Amino acid sequence: MEQFNIELVDWSRAQFALTAIYHWFFVPLTLGLSFIVAFMYTIYYKTHDEKWKHITKFWMKLFGINFAIGVATGIILEFEFGTNWSNYSWIVGDIFGAPLAIEGILAFFLESTFIAVMFFGWDRVSKKFHLLSFWLVAFGSNLSALWILIANAWMQNPVGTNFNPDTVRNEMTNFFEIALSPTAVFKFLHTVSQAYIVGALFVVSVSAWFLLKNRHVLFAKKSILIASVFGLLASIFVALTGDSSAYDVAQKQPMKLAAMEAIYNGEKNADLYAFGFLNDNKDNDNFKGIRLPSMLSIMAFRDADAFVPGINDIVNGNAEQGILPAETRMAKGRLAIQALADYNKAKKEGNTELANQKLQLLEENYAHFGYGYFKDKEEIVPPVKLTFYSFHIMVGLGLFFIVFFAWMLYASIKDKVGKYKWVLQLSVWTFLLGIIASELGWVVAEVGRQPWTIQDLLPVGISTSHLSVGTVQTTFFMFLVLFTVLLIAEIKIMLTQIKKGPEEGDSHV
Amino acid sequence: MFNNLSYPTLQAYWWIIVSLLAAILVFLMFVQGGQTLLRQIAKTDKERSLLINSIGRKWDITFTTLVTFGGAFFASFPLFYSTSFGGAYWVWILILFSFIIQAVSYEYRTKANNFLGTKTYETFLLINGILATILIGTAVGTFFTGSEFSVDKMNLTNVSDPVISRWETATHGLEAALNITNLALGLAVFFLARVLALLYFINNIDHDEIVKRSVKTLKLCSVAFLVFFLLFVGLLLTKDGFAINPDTKEVFMEPYKYLYNLIEMPIVLILFLIGVIGVLYGIFLGAFKTSGNGFWFAGAGTVLTVFSVLMLAGFNNTAFYPSTFDLQSSLTIYNASSSKYTLTAMSWVSLLVPVVIAYIWYTWKSMSKRKVSEEDIENDTMAY
Repeated sequence: MEQFNIELVDWSRAQFALTAIYHWFFVPLTLGLSFIVAFMYTIYYKTHDEKWKHITKFWMKLFGINFAIGVATGIILEFEFGTNWSNYSWIVGDIFGAPLAIEGILAFFLESTFIAVMFFGWDRVSKKFHLLSFWLVAFGSNLSALWILIANAWMQNPVGTNFNPDTVRNEMTNFFEIALSPTAVFKFLHTVSQAYIVGALFVVSVSAWFLLKNRHVLFAKKSILIASVFGLLASIFVALTGDSSAYDVAQKQPMKLAAMEAIYNGEKNADLYAFGFLNDNKDNDNFKGIRLPSMLSIMAFRDADAFVPGINDIVNGNAEQGILPAETRMAKGRLAIQALADYNKAKKEGNTELANQKLQLLEENYAHFGYGYFKDKEEIVPPVKLTFYSFHIMVGLGLFFIVFFAWMLYASIKDKVGKYKWVLQLSVWTFLLGIIASELGWVVAEVGRQPWTIQDLLPVGISTSHLSVGTVQTTFFMFLVLFTVLLIAEIKIMLTQIKKGPEEGDSHV
Repeated sequence: MFNNLSYPTLQAYWWIIVSLLAAILVFLMFVQGGQTLLRQIAKTDKERSLLINSIGRKWDITFTTLVTFGGAFFASFPLFYSTSFGGAYWVWILILFSFIIQAVSYEYRTKANNFLGTKTYETFLLINGILATILIGTAVGTFFTGSEFSVDKMNLTNVSDPVISRWETATHGLEAALNITNLALGLAVFFLARVLALLYFINNIDHDEIVKRSVKTLKLCSVAFLVFFLLFVGLLLTKDGFAINPDTKEVFMEPYKYLYNLIEMPIVLILFLIGVIGVLYGIFLGAFKTSGNGFWFAGAGTVLTVFSVLMLAGFNNTAFYPSTFDLQSSLTIYNASSSKYTLTAMSWVSLLVPVVIAYIWYTWKSMSKRKVSEEDIENDTMAY
């Protein structure tokens, strides 16, 4: 592709990555905290114990501060598909628009309507209706996650769709296949449950800080108890759904799996790289560290003897395993693109026979359509090191969270939470670790699937809007400055609010 | 129910849904109108807080309506999404920018240690109030005046430069503000939002001075609104429109197209007239009877008026998003829509819209049983 185009694509990607990363600083906390706050209010509702009311109100305030900036950073993402990914919006809008619309109708209105009741309904609505509004906000936010993740999952695994040569786009053929695809299900479960971890870590971090300062001790301990139960369940669930997700990736996105594990030459009984570092070799001597024998084969295909294709197999092909070389796919892709052009020409000229011939040629080669836009076979390889390290750090942190919550829960039950100062000091920082793990998960998902916007159908290079590089650069920096300023404001407000502690004369709590 | 509908019927159904969402959005932009009135109507910090808390309980419904409108438009007419958003880039980016700064402002305005200071957040609200109303109005104006773009779907097969929608001006949409019809609509929406906000204050706030000032300002804003609205309607009904030849699907210019649309679709004419009367009656109730019901009459009137204006843009063989650069690139509800399958699937989802409206209505009613007063704000630890 031309130099100018590559620059435009890179800046468009940079802008999307920037806005998505910022948005994702806040979303997991909203998803997780919404449930935790609802639990807390439910306890208050059941026990009428004023202490729980204050506990609820304290966490709710922090929830509100975070929610506002989550909303602010979210609106741009939806419209960015149009503003910066114009070609994309036409080529797959027939499928991709639907979940976005459903998200708005089903989920966003629930959230926005009932959040006002949740915050301002204390003496305006009945207690029952108030309680219901807490749960509807939690349900609504998680429902919105469901639909946007269905949309994202479809980009990774485009099922339920067919290319229409007359409208020159992919069209939906089966709504339920899209909404219920295993990729979507695992992605949703994995993503929301890791968000619950982030929510729980937040509560633990803040509470641990209070314990270190010896303030609001009882309040902090109660909060940690709730968060540990929630966090432990969530972190075990994340590990399970993570495993299922990896299995799914192995089936649908072998190149992403190869990049996640930095495996260059495919093999049977493939090792899993557990802890260690990569060098620059492009073969299987690229790793120094601990390997778990045959584990990758088991993870990817549930079979120790299974063959796991490496990057070199996918780029150069592997006849034995039935993998086509990228250059063959590129040639077939070009054939498909040309067939589409010829079909259209023949149709215009009224040459039905030729049109049908070309249509058949297009259909035969459509599976490779997206490859036709590449000039070099190496273009199909995602950034390996970034994907590899993101994946491994994420998994490491995920395992740590299980141990961490298990200890916290045990300590809560035995009333030992405040016993070890260093654990509390560590706890204060675990929230940040949660955010890091969460963002890295998205790096694996989105960097690992490059160069595709839609796996095998549409490369990022032909997805953008027709804008000048300068225009996109300008808006990139606009958003960078604005979001950074807002993030600073959010953190300052949040920290000040936390320092104040639970209010309303409940300092004895 | 939807599975038996023809493709053109589904396309028309979705134009109705999208238009309805847009009409509700314009009504709900009373929030934006209110944001431009903070200094004018409130004389003290306390009064300003009262105003902000009054509209602050509704801002996210407006925001959500905008997002849902975007999603629904994407799902039903993706070619509009890709052509307009990617083309009139600067207009949409500015609109979005103003909503981003709005979304944090209510929550952060009075919080301790908020980094930018209360005044900045109030300025953010003002900016959103001005930009969102004027620019959205201006953008909708281009549905009647056209923009300079071209669309060629088959260009996807041009491997070295596969651009489908191409905007043909370097200003990427900002040029729309130079057109008097667009601008008249932009300013009409701006003043309408203020009118609705003032009626909302009268409806929602328990404070004699604020109500008195609102009534006074309402009269001025109503005059300004009427001037720009009548100017827009006059220009619209006398201009050439972008018509579609139903047989060849060719787009051509037809004199008095929108006037004919109004006459040829009597239901739209009736809705339009009821809408305008509703707005006028609402203003009358607010300005001369100091009645809270003015808000509901003017609100319902706004929905009907905007809805019927959008019917003129997309129905009766009219191109709803015309291109003045290349007439044949103009978007119609037929060439810009999603597939029949997707429209059918989404039509089932649309059945939930009345449910959504019902619960919004119910919560609005239960939350507004009592008007908002200064004491409310003082006693509420959750207040903005």
